This record gives sequence, C-alpha cells and structure tokens, in this order.
Amino acid sequence: MPVNEDYVGRSFPPVGPYAVDPAMIAAFASAVGATDPVHFDAEAARAAGYRDVIAPPTMAVRFDQLASREYVQDPDAGIDYSRVVHGEQRFTHHRPITAGDELTAQTTVDSIRMAGGHAMITVRSEITAGEEPVATTHSTIVVRGGE
Amino acid sequence: MARAFASVSVGEELGPKTMPVGRGTLVDYANASLDQNPIHQDEGFAKSVGLPDVIAHGMWTMGAAATLVSDWAGDAGRVVEYGTRFTAMVVVPLDGAELEVSGVVKSLDEATKRATVELTATAAGQKVLGRCTAVVQLD
Repeated sequence: MPVNEDYVGRSFPPVGPYAVDPAMIAAFASAVGATDPVHFDAEAARAAGYRDVIAPPTMAVRFDQLASREYVQDPDAGIDYSRVVHGEQRFTHHRPITAGDELTAQTTVDSIRMAGGHAMITVRSEITAGEEPVATTHSTIVVRGGE
Repeated sequence: MARAFASVSVGEELGPKTMPVGRGTLVDYANASLDQNPIHQDEGFAKSVGLPDVIAHGMWTMGAAATLVSDWAGDAGRVVEYGTRFTAMVVVPLDGAELEVSGVVKSLDEATKRATVELTATAAGQKVLGRCTAVVQLD
C-alpha cells in the first residue's frame, strides 16, 4: 500500500505523561558520549540554573519516537517501516528536559512529498510539561518505494 | 559555566574531537533512546537487508556530534536549536569505528547573544551529517 497522502495536517492523540528521571538522562548522556556534569550531577545542574539534571539536546527524540508511533504504526497510513530511512532531524528547545518532568508528546504530520517513487514525510512533535512547551521536534523520514 | 558571548568570534573553530563507537555503544544507545531497530545491533540482520554491516543510529551520530558544541558552550542546556540531514551511514564493524567531529562559528546575533555553529562529522573519511547546525545561547 502506498503512503497515504490524506494524512497531511493530521494530529494524533498525545502520549504520556512520561516521567523523566536522573537515570534515564544519565543513560542517554553516556550512550552519546556526553560528559557535561549538568547531565549527571544535580549540584552542577543547580549551579547552572536548573532545577535538577538536564537531558542532552537530542534526548527529545525519545518522546518524539513514542508520539510518532501513533502515526507510523497506523495501518491506514501506509508506512512500511522496513523501508524507512531517517532523512533529517531538527530540535527547538524552549527549555531543557529536566529530571522530574512529566512529559506529554503529540505528533502532527506536517507534509508528505512524493518524489521518484519515494515518500518524504515530515512530522512534528510538540513536547510539553502540562501546559508548558518544552521542545519541538521535526523529523523527515523517507519511505523508499518498491522496486 | 556558559561561554561569554563577548569572547566568541565568527570563524572560531571547535574541535576536532574523535569519538569511538562500538557495538556496545549502539546497544546502550538503543536502550536509552527506545530505538531497537536490529540494523543497529545485529550484523546478520543488517546484512540480510543489504547493509554492509551494523550501522550506527543516525540519532546516535547526531547526539555524539552535539557533545562538541555542548562542551564548547559550557552548558548542554544552552543548545536551543539543533538540526541535521543524515547523508551517509556510520558503519560499525565488530572492532568498532570512529566519528570525527569539528565545528566553526558561522554567525553571531548581538541582540539575542546567540551563536550559530556549523558542525562537520565524518566516519571512514566520509561526511555523515549534512547542514548540521546548532544555535547556542551564550551569556
């Protein structure tokens, strides 16, 4: 089934809330080779002006991924995940993700562009803590066409 | 402590920094990020779908590259915007691979005290991130 272009503009139900804790942040930071003490040491984070340890900038993808599953796993969306390649990723941080946050994420399909048998899909996820915006992610995935 | 805006100039270079990546790194990243796609962990599976070997998550590469700009900023929380294209795979054979990251300050905004940094990331001599830029809030 081809990618369903009728999904442009559609928003999916928010997912979460997900609790962010210091262990989640430390594991993510270690995995990407980050050594900044603001990820590991609450005192260092407070000295930098934060409530508790903060996540590395790309950890927002964890919540984007949970939210965008609502779209990519929708059988009517027509996305064969085995043919998906990650093309582009952007993050805008309104403030760092911080231990103690309870985050909710909601995905919207911003655009679907068909080119040369491939579909380029840009989805946006808004990550919030209650009413407070925390981060906005934009992901472009390419669904390769069949041979 | 975050870097002072007044101390930064356009053309200032960051790095280079070399970051090792092994199969264990990718398992750790898969668990931390929830991306358990087997092409990042299972050599047999990766080869069965036409890849040369296990490949790193694009988001691992993006996250690893971010550490150069976070460390330069003096506070990882100062990276307010960050974006990239994924232009090539980082192939991770059994004995591991290396990511080399460098950066340059492209522009400075006096009004907001923000710096735009362009990052270059290469593995096995090939550029793996395209148009990789971070906006950093300085003091």
